[in-house]
Amino acid sequence: MNQHPDVLSGELLDEDTLMGLREVCMLCGVHAERIIEMVTEGIAEPYGRSPMEWRFTGPMVTRLQQALRLQAQLGVNLAGAALALDLLDELDELRRALCRYGR
Amino acid sequence: MKFRDYYEVLGVKRDATQDEIKRAYRKLARKYHPDVSKEAGAEEKFKEVREAYEVLKDPEKRAAYDKFGQHWREGQEFTPPPDWDAGFEFSGGGYTEAEGFSDFFEALFGGGGAGFHRTRARPGAGFRTRGEDHHAKILIDLEDAFHGATRSITLQVPEVDENGHVVTRTRTLNVRIPKGITEGQRIRLAGQGGPGMGGGPAGDLYLEVKFRPHPVYRVDRRDLYLDLPITPWEAALGASVPVPTPGGVVEVKIPPGSQSGQKLRLKGKGLPGRQPGDLYAVLKIVTPEPKTDADRELYQRMARQMPMNPRAALGV
Repeated sequence: MNQHPDVLSGELLDEDTLMGLREVCMLCGVHAERIIEMVTEGIAEPYGRSPMEWRFTGPMVTRLQQALRLQAQLGVNLAGAALALDLLDELDELRRALCRYGR
Repeated sequence: MKFRDYYEVLGVKRDATQDEIKRAYRKLARKYHPDVSKEAGAEEKFKEVREAYEVLKDPEKRAAYDKFGQHWREGQEFTPPPDWDAGFEFSGGGYTEAEGFSDFFEALFGGGGAGFHRTRARPGAGFRTRGEDHHAKILIDLEDAFHGATRSITLQVPEVDENGHVVTRTRTLNVRIPKGITEGQRIRLAGQGGPGMGGGPAGDLYLEVKFRPHPVYRVDRRDLYLDLPITPWEAALGASVPVPTPGGVVEVKIPPGSQSGQKLRLKGKGLPGRQPGDLYAVLKIVTPEPKTDADRELYQRMARQMPMNPRAALGV
């Protein structure tokens, strides 16, 4: 078993992490057109007006990557992936509400 | 190596049509997809389902698998017979790059195994591809998120050894957990995913953070909730009571006339961050059990002295 004694500090993909379109394309492994399509579909709502000004937070990138996986692995189209993600968000919100009430 | 019964994994008969196989896969994939399912072991199950579909959706792979598959059962010790795939011609997708598929799959259909004749270029044969991104979940304690911590994670990584065999290597990484991380957030470790090909860069490793259930606190993003048991007289008269927080015990004032279910907000006592979370103490009045006649008499005196109908709002 190989040991890696060095401690790795990764990049935390949180609300404070802001990335431009180029970096997001690299992280998602797709061309800009795919990202633009997904933004048009409302899967992520980056800050900024034009694609060159867009800034994506960590959770937005997570959502884009999820949408790509859902399309590739479940065979859903873009609108279906967007719908699934919205429903998953709602489910998550309900789960958190249950947790607040200790259930 | 254990034999995998791909038909059993997808829950279809051996003579299932390609459409039936596709339907079964889609249904199970939706059920176990890691982005969708919260079921324990869903990720593992999803990999099994994908692996089974990878073989059965491809008529050539399916035919080769069927050639010997009928004599084996799920879980049996298995070694691929020599030239097991002889007589089959494989076009395009013979060689499958697979993230986290079983040794069984790798031996038969994987890049380094003894299986399919490869019609695709081998690694390093002139094309440059970025390695796959890998994903893993990491379970941490709430206290790790509160204070920050370093945690060791162990990953099983399939690799091709010098003899061309696929071996599973255990890889241990020490990862810094940043203070204030919340559940569901991800840490990206650049270049720690699958190796690239043809000199391409390695993929990234994404770690998704999950919290172990905590005996005291419930977590909602950065906010924490705890049930705070109090006595009826603390609720009625008000009191100052100790309350645990991840940062240490604090004294909290219970206002007179408090009721069960009311929440006291302790600002900034949740998980740290640019906007720290709050801690909510949910009051829970605990009634002492009358154990003696004198105890019972005390309750009766209260009933006489402070008559009330707590069900008035219900109209009864």
